Amino acid sequence: MAKKSTETLVGVFVLLGIIALAFLALKAANLASFSAAKTYTVRARFDNIGGLKKNAPVRSAGVSVGQVTSITLDKNTYQGLVVMKINDTVMFPVDSSAKILTAGLLGDQYVGIEPGSDDKNLANGDLIKQTQSAVVLENLIGQLIFNKAADAGTAATTAPAPGASLAPVQQAASAAASGSNK
Amino acid sequence: MIALVNALGQATLRAFAGLGHAAYFFLDLLRYTPASLRRFGLVVDQIYAIGYRSLTIILASGFAVGCVLALQMYYALVPFGAAESLGLVVNLSLVRELGPVVTALLFAGRAGTALTAEIGLMKAGEQLSAMELMAVDPRSRVLAPRFLAGIVSMPILAILYSAIGILGAWLIAVQLIGVDPANFWSIMQSKVDVMRDIGNGIVKSFVFGVICTGVALYQGYETQATPEGVAYATTRTVVFSSLAVLAMDFILTAMMFSTS
Repeated sequence: MAKKSTETLVGVFVLLGIIALAFLALKAANLASFSAAKTYTVRARFDNIGGLKKNAPVRSAGVSVGQVTSITLDKNTYQGLVVMKINDTVMFPVDSSAKILTAGLLGDQYVGIEPGSDDKNLANGDLIKQTQSAVVLENLIGQLIFNKAADAGTAATTAPAPGASLAPVQQAASAAASGSNK
Repeated sequence: MIALVNALGQATLRAFAGLGHAAYFFLDLLRYTPASLRRFGLVVDQIYAIGYRSLTIILASGFAVGCVLALQMYYALVPFGAAESLGLVVNLSLVRELGPVVTALLFAGRAGTALTAEIGLMKAGEQLSAMELMAVDPRSRVLAPRFLAGIVSMPILAILYSAIGILGAWLIAVQLIGVDPANFWSIMQSKVDVMRDIGNGIVKSFVFGVICTGVALYQGYETQATPEGVAYATTRTVVFSSLAVLAMDFILTAMMFSTS
């Protein structure tokens, strides 16, 4: 009898280990995401994906609706081709736009989808045509310096108005945002 | 002067002889281990003694470490507005490092000492010699089942440690502090990889199981057959296995996570 209970307790011990492993793998790691709820795949081309990584979240209005499944370089257009899967329960109009955004100041980058107004919805394998690249700080600074130099060249004769030093920053920011908008 | 050089040479030779002795012992242990599968009842008994009865200390320690980790990390992360990555920090530190290492240290203290003392006293009571007289090899009858049980128990204990630690962190972070529960779990699910993080953690604890059990058995088997000898061997078990685990952990971490 003592032998039996020892065996039972060892069985309990091993079972606990298996349950803990299942808990870790499913609840606290990415195993569940392999066989999650039904999804559909959409693609988007970005001029610059910045620091976007595989498995990054796809969000709309801040709500997580999917995941980036792969990032490759499109050999024809030299753009980053981002493939993402989106939960089947969420549908977006075909003229929706995708942006690469950053969570917080230092956070990770994610894909934000802004819904359009078309009647038709995106289907499996569709391409999101309107995209906005990640903001690359170096480009922003480069543009700022360029604008500043251009201003100095043209406005050398006129005295700079107070507060004019802020203008190039805004110009650069809007140029970076609209320049990559396709 | 010559005596000094002589002493140095002697110490070096003794160190290497000890190392070689331990290596041979270890090889013997590996050779006898498969045979102990045939007498699986002995292994089950040992898993009960080594694994199951270590549960209390492992679970209590894992829970406490998880709670404290969540609390301290919360204070550290909030100034950066990064409280949502609390779950990730706790999960990765537990699964990759703290789970295997602290479990191994506790295991050395809880089960390693028991093994050393048990085998040391068997030797002091001449039970091992008696077995040899009866043509039973104590290495296959006594040592090998304990070795196998230690190797099996350690990964299970380490997994339980990590799991209960994450539950403790959840309790503190979500229930007490009020971190968003969806965020807490989803950042783990998006950033923790089953193979790279959990798998490597299990590989680590497996290696630590070999180290801790091997050291404990060696110290017990080679102890001087006196009360002082057993006491000394038990102390050395804890010191040696702890140091070996910490050194090995550094090497394994450098090999496993260098590119991530």
